[in-house]
Amino acid sequence: MLSIKDLKAGVEESQILKGINLEVKPGEVHAIMGPNGSGKSTLSSVIAGREDYEVKGGSISFEGDDILELDPEERAHKGIFLSFQYPIEIPGVSVSNFIKTSLNESRKAQGLEPMPAGDLLKMMREKMELFEIKKGYLSRSLNQGFSGGEKKRNEIFQMAMLEPKLAILDETDSGLDIDALRIVANGVNKLRSDDNATIVITHYQRLLDYIIPDFVHVLYDGRIVKSGTKELAHELEEKGYDWIIKEADQC
Amino acid sequence: MDYQRGGPVLKEQLIQVFKDSAKNGLPFKAVREKYIQQFDTDGFPTVKDEEWKYTNLLPLTKKDYAFENTDGIINKEQLEEFILNDTDSYYLVFVNGVLSKELSTITEGAFVVGSLKHNNRQDILEKYWNSCLPQKTDTLVAINNALAQEGAFVYVSKNVVVDKPVQVIYASSNVQQDLFLQTRALIVLEENAQVQITERHQNFDDSFVFTNAVTEIVADANAIVDFYKIQNNTLNCSLIDNTWVKQAKTSNCTIDTFSFGGKFTRNNLNFCLTGEHAESNMNGITLIGKDQLVDHHTFVDHAVPNCNSNELYKGIFDANAKGIFNGKVMVRPDAQKTNAFQANNNLLMTDNASIDTKPQLEIYADDVACSHGCTIGQLDENALFYLRSRGIAKKEAQAMLMYAFANDVLENIKIPELKNKLNRIIAKKLGVQLDIEL
Ligand SMILES: Nc1ncnc2c1ncn2[C@@H]1O[C@H](COP(=O)(O)OP(=O)(O)OP(=O)(O)O)[C@@H](O)[C@H]1O
Ligand SMILES: [Mg+2]
Repeated sequence: MLSIKDLKAGVEESQILKGINLEVKPGEVHAIMGPNGSGKSTLSSVIAGREDYEVKGGSISFEGDDILELDPEERAHKGIFLSFQYPIEIPGVSVSNFIKTSLNESRKAQGLEPMPAGDLLKMMREKMELFEIKKGYLSRSLNQGFSGGEKKRNEIFQMAMLEPKLAILDETDSGLDIDALRIVANGVNKLRSDDNATIVITHYQRLLDYIIPDFVHVLYDGRIVKSGTKELAHELEEKGYDWIIKEADQC
Repeated sequence: MDYQRGGPVLKEQLIQVFKDSAKNGLPFKAVREKYIQQFDTDGFPTVKDEEWKYTNLLPLTKKDYAFENTDGIINKEQLEEFILNDTDSYYLVFVNGVLSKELSTITEGAFVVGSLKHNNRQDILEKYWNSCLPQKTDTLVAINNALAQEGAFVYVSKNVVVDKPVQVIYASSNVQQDLFLQTRALIVLEENAQVQITERHQNFDDSFVFTNAVTEIVADANAIVDFYKIQNNTLNCSLIDNTWVKQAKTSNCTIDTFSFGGKFTRNNLNFCLTGEHAESNMNGITLIGKDQLVDHHTFVDHAVPNCNSNELYKGIFDANAKGIFNGKVMVRPDAQKTNAFQANNNLLMTDNASIDTKPQLEIYADDVACSHGCTIGQLDENALFYLRSRGIAKKEAQAMLMYAFANDVLENIKIPELKNKLNRIIAKKLGVQLDIEL
């Protein structure tokens, strides 16, 4: 589904991603962990098409198509969704309007008619229930004045509405209280299928108790320096990153 | 002749028009004489005048205008696009400055919606005409004072609430030659009276129309006025709008100015607060592009204690558009406990667009709360990426952020159809089809 080969990217002055290789197949869950500043958010942004980063080498293909030349919106239309580590506040645009626009723009790109208002409302209600989101929230301005946890829950709510093929959750767990974490994780699990895939970026093993990954990767200094199964996350929780960094630096 | 002052020919022509039409004008001959003399002495302002520093009138005063045209014809269908059709309203329609009796709904009773020239309340006219203006006016106001012959007249007597909005349209059509119009409006609200008014200038012709408008609004104790200026004229039009508001105690007056069209638009908006606990609100959205200029000059005169004034102006400038905002607030020595708030926020969409923004606070009282803030920026790249990553195309995402930027001005509009109409105008102007209900 997603195939990243020797991806090098950065900003003018500095190289941030220094040769990333990653294969994600339908139905899989990949966890990416790694110390602060190692390049996890940059990798997600580059996959989603952020233009601030210059891709200096390598390739990203999604379902067989090279997507590096595509605009962020075109990638979204193909089914790539990024849940932001720091969701943006947009005063003046209500959550429901935003989701409606977002969903219908994707439908338009696929040659579909806009979703009838009734169906949309019904779908929103269902998903709100799934994530235990309070009424009244739909008419609020997007993320404005939302607490940290509410913002994250809103991201996952949007994901549920857009039903992406590939969801990248960038530290969606940070800022969530224990109950919210369980609700969000259960929601994500319910949305899992053999056709879609998830990349979870997290600092905490705890999330991976709920969303069980097929693979765990450690990103360090712009490279994936170690990959393993869910046991690797436990090991990291116990021992930290030092031992991996040492290993990596020796290479 | 002094070519530096600009438009010497136009000046002489205007003085001649005054002589020729002295009998036809509004019935204030002595006063009008005074103003034509002032104009004769002062001439047109130039960029050397502090108040006109960034706004050069020369291109406007160099043209060869007609000053009158009675050939204008507008029918109801033509107007439909430019009015609120689903909001039951009173209408005042002027075509080339002449009242259209068919298209207007003249009403005289507990309140008057009518024309300055034809009405049965000369007593009110005598009492209030020119009453909001200062002793020495700006040249353009002087020209209008001397030459205006007709205009909108709204008079609401004590305790009366006008049951529907009044829509005022100044149309121009069938103009053979470029036209220079002096439009005029007098709005008088007695104690406890209320009215909502929308105003639009609309050209239906290919010729150029230059309008020099003066509006006086008198709000007596506890009166409420909501006045919406929709400036979305064609690009072959320019407008100088001079609006003067005088407010008595506990009155509340809001003037919203939506500037999207027209080539050159200058708004001189002046409030004089003469009674305690009066509140003045000025809001504006300016959204302009190629070769357009919009200049907002506001002035609030806090002459007495305990009044509030709020200004919120948002500007979005594309291509080589030029914006000017000059917000002057005067707090006189007696005006303790004044609250004066002013904000002017701007987005520049290109490197060629520009905005000159200047707050001018003159505060002579010590116990006051006055604040002002201006911002100039670009669209937030993070927000843009966020929206695009959710599948919203760049143009639509930009439009959405611009809507969001202007939203706090739109959300206070009290006529729902007007709000929707402005949304549509904005969407059209941005070239997007977004059905955002804000
Ligand atoms: N636009 C940018 N301009 C300059 N430097 C950047 C930019 N974006 C990221 N960086 C730098 O690249 C490095 C990787 O940042 P990134 O946000 O990808 O880290 P991360 O792994 O997500 O960290 P964290 O765990 O703290 O979220 C950091 O050193 C960061 O300062
Ligand atoms: Mg990060």
